[in-house]
Amino acid sequence: MTRAEAIHIVLEKLNNELVVVCNGFPSREAFAFRDSPKHFYMIGSMGLAPAIGAGLAFANPSHTVVVLDGDGNLLMNMGSLATIAAHQPKNLLHIVFDNEAYGSTGNQATISEKVLLDEVARSCGYVTVKKSLDQTSLLRTIDEILTAPKPGFLLVKVSRDAKNTPRVSIDPPAMTTRFRGAAKGNP
Amino acid sequence: MDTSLKIVQVLVSKGFNFFTGVPDSTLAGIIEELTQQNRYLSSVREDEAIGIAAGAFLAGKSPVVLMQNSGLGNSLNALTSLNLIYSIPCLLLISWRGYQGNDAPEHLIMGECCTEILSAVSIAHRVIQRNSIVEDITWAKTQIEANNVPVALMLTQATLK
Repeated sequence: MTRAEAIHIVLEKLNNELVVVCNGFPSREAFAFRDSPKHFYMIGSMGLAPAIGAGLAFANPSHTVVVLDGDGNLLMNMGSLATIAAHQPKNLLHIVFDNEAYGSTGNQATISEKVLLDEVARSCGYVTVKKSLDQTSLLRTIDEILTAPKPGFLLVKVSRDAKNTPRVSIDPPAMTTRFRGAAKGNP
Repeated sequence: MDTSLKIVQVLVSKGFNFFTGVPDSTLAGIIEELTQQNRYLSSVREDEAIGIAAGAFLAGKSPVVLMQNSGLGNSLNALTSLNLIYSIPCLLLISWRGYQGNDAPEHLIMGECCTEILSAVSIAHRVIQRNSIVEDITWAKTQIEANNVPVALMLTQATLK
């Protein structure tokens, strides 16, 4: 399963959640598949997707927040696993697409082959932690974890294959304005 | 009145309603007061705090990030590739360690250049004075609302003594 295929499966299952997507190919692939005012695509600030998601979740407890993250992103600011687990936002689901590589810069290896990110999340204290190794298991697991107690963490193992996907074409300040408008509405 | 308490009261009265950050001894009284009022969320790194504050802003809050000026180094990529390009503001309440060269060695270089670093990335900044706390915080709020960018208020140890 490629990361793009996994992102499509996840986005198909979402409904009214607020979604933060990490920088690099995950944002491009999410944007290319399905855009929404409730999507916030990072283009920089690598490592901060869970922090932004946590801020949203704490400030807006009535809305479910889904963070779409990558292994390189998460390894850059792994402290956010601790922050989220310590403060326990009940409306945050953290999904990590793990291809064991920095896919947006030429597939240099990360260290997530050796460091099991789901075990780190579990040790920190995420309430529900799951892992999915293929498409069949992702289709089942995503349904389970969306309704399971949060903060939740789902590690999705994906291949390194990626098509060249265009950059997110929304002007960043315009994205901020439309997202703020969408976050104000009813969940 | 205690200066830390006064700063918290003015921040809250001006509409700041989400507080996160990483502690410094200079900020201890402010963080204690915010914690007692159940308004403070601890972060583990300054750029994480800026990310959390950005999320809070996206949810409609008016956030404040507290940090020692050493944390400005950790924060620069978040400020330049998130806040400044997405027009996501926050108030940076930064303790100015190494002010006028009086501090432990690890604070001296950042103490000398922290306001120049803020200027270099076009973040407006001002030092809070004890006799102008209301004016200084009002200035920051006005800048934030006019420009949708982060603004920094610097705090020296002397101001809080």
